[in-house]
Amino acid sequence: MIHLETGKYAFYIWTAYGLTAAVFAAMIVTALGHARRWKARYEDLARK
Amino acid sequence: MIPAPAFLTNPERFMAFSRWAAPMFGALALVLGAVGLWLGWSAPPDYQQSFTVRILFIHIPTAWMSEFVYACLAVASLLSLVWRQVLADAAAQAAAPLGAGFTLLTLATGALWGRPEWGTWWVWDARLTSELILFLIYLGYMALRASMDDEAKAARAAAILGLVGALILPVIHYSVYWWNTLHQGASVFRSGGSALAPVFFWPVILIVLAYTSAFGSLWLVRIRGEVWRRRAEVAALRAARG
Repeated sequence: MIHLETGKYAFYIWTAYGLTAAVFAAMIVTALGHARRWKARYEDLARK
Repeated sequence: MIPAPAFLTNPERFMAFSRWAAPMFGALALVLGAVGLWLGWSAPPDYQQSFTVRILFIHIPTAWMSEFVYACLAVASLLSLVWRQVLADAAAQAAAPLGAGFTLLTLATGALWGRPEWGTWWVWDARLTSELILFLIYLGYMALRASMDDEAKAARAAAILGLVGALILPVIHYSVYWWNTLHQGASVFRSGGSALAPVFFWPVILIVLAYTSAFGSLWLVRIRGEVWRRRAEVAALRAARG
């Protein structure tokens, strides 16, 4: 059973988890964006 | 000399391997992370740290990753420098922003745990300071690569920095033994058994595995991006020459 209570430490705990989620999201978006952008660029040049 | 697996040296085989390996590692990370968090948040609060122990479920794995990613970067730098493997250079380059992200998270979650437990966000303690130096090394590595137009020179200079920077890893690890630090010593893996109770130990281990798997996935995706970028630059040169 999950207990979501955090008592008086809510600010510290939720900020830590929020930052972790934000940094992971940024790493995923930049990694996928970088790969897609350069793949599209290569395919565009290879077609010419 | 032991030959390296072909998928690590041959870009074509690497692209075929990473096409299925990257999503597989990503899915594995999601499953491990979900189970780890579920177990962690099902555990009772610690008798000393109370609910702040929940920050450790994400802080300890990021701290492990900050060093593990740098070790990967250093090994890739060595392969790039000694054997001039293009994929190894791409791997080192791709690891740096991920390592910087994990190290930033280590510093931030550590501060968010330290404030309620130690009464301060930050101290110039040997462990914290050496972790901050690691973050600066990651930034320096990326800045060095970005500052040089000549790709071959940038690869060589970055590989040297990557190898020299690896000296920080034993300093981080042993800082809690070499100096009198506020940061506690090893608590997960140590002689005599873990200092963590099993209800906290297993969530940490599962989340360490989840983060390692997530890094594996993102690293492969970023290396794929680097391979595409280098292919695009060669294609652009060919197009310019007619």
